[in-house]
Amino acid sequence: MSDRQMDCREMFARLSEYLDGELDEDLCQCFDSHMRDCEPCLAFLATLKKTVELCRSASDAEPALARFGPEEIALFESAYEKARQAQAS
Amino acid sequence: MMERDLVSLFEDIKARKPEAFNQFFRQVEKRVYSFGVKVCGDREDARDIMQETLLQAFRSLPGLQFTDSTALNVWLYRVARNSCLMMRRKGKYEPERELSLEEFMPAKEHEGHPMQIPDWSRLPDEALMEKEIGDVIRRATLSLPYEYRLVLVLRDMEQLTTREVADILEISEQNVKIRLHRARLSLRQALTEKLAGERLRQAAD
Repeated sequence: MSDRQMDCREMFARLSEYLDGELDEDLCQCFDSHMRDCEPCLAFLATLKKTVELCRSASDAEPALARFGPEEIALFESAYEKARQAQAS
Repeated sequence: MMERDLVSLFEDIKARKPEAFNQFFRQVEKRVYSFGVKVCGDREDARDIMQETLLQAFRSLPGLQFTDSTALNVWLYRVARNSCLMMRRKGKYEPERELSLEEFMPAKEHEGHPMQIPDWSRLPDEALMEKEIGDVIRRATLSLPYEYRLVLVLRDMEQLTTREVADILEISEQNVKIRLHRARLSLRQALTEKLAGERLRQAAD
């Protein structure tokens, strides 16, 4: 299996699994050896990897959330309490 | 501040410890709201989703038992996802469409020239960390078909595992992987349009 040659198209379909470490070892080796000689695939992979990183940092940079106030929380707590009593009875 | 384990906080609520409800609520609120904003892109909708989700959640919590916080988390996101779905049914979102791999495949060799993929990943951090890059990502995420957007938000933003996302969306792990890859390809394309053209051309001048 590890001697198998992969073409760019086949690689293309599974690049995310490669990035996420979700490919089995044999397939991973095929990717590694293809990447050594294929500049376009390497550039594509690098930009896809960066996309995932940027996605994470954009998500971390989300502005602070609108929080419920103590009175609203009390309403949720009473909904919980009612359900608990109904459950118990 | 380190977040406490949700299951142990839930146990404290059951044991009626003071402040337990508040602490549990704050943690859950943060998770649900962040998910809602990313999926709907609208703060008001996200607040409605959060309210709906939390009400549903607290009404069913007394009858539930969780073995670990993963199970509680999965359950919580599932309730949030259902609230998003209700919101969506109100009709202001576009109909579902599929993303194909082909639409993201780089063009084949052109008139004998080898294929060129601009590698903008090597641009300096200042260029990549600009606020407008965050905007490109947000816009591209919101323009994804809904089912793909859910997977991307849960996997790459909320950083859940493939298994957890499969459980939340009630689809196979294979399906999560397929949708995630296409969603990422779509975001990559949006970033390439923003970064490759302008900046690499400038660098070449």
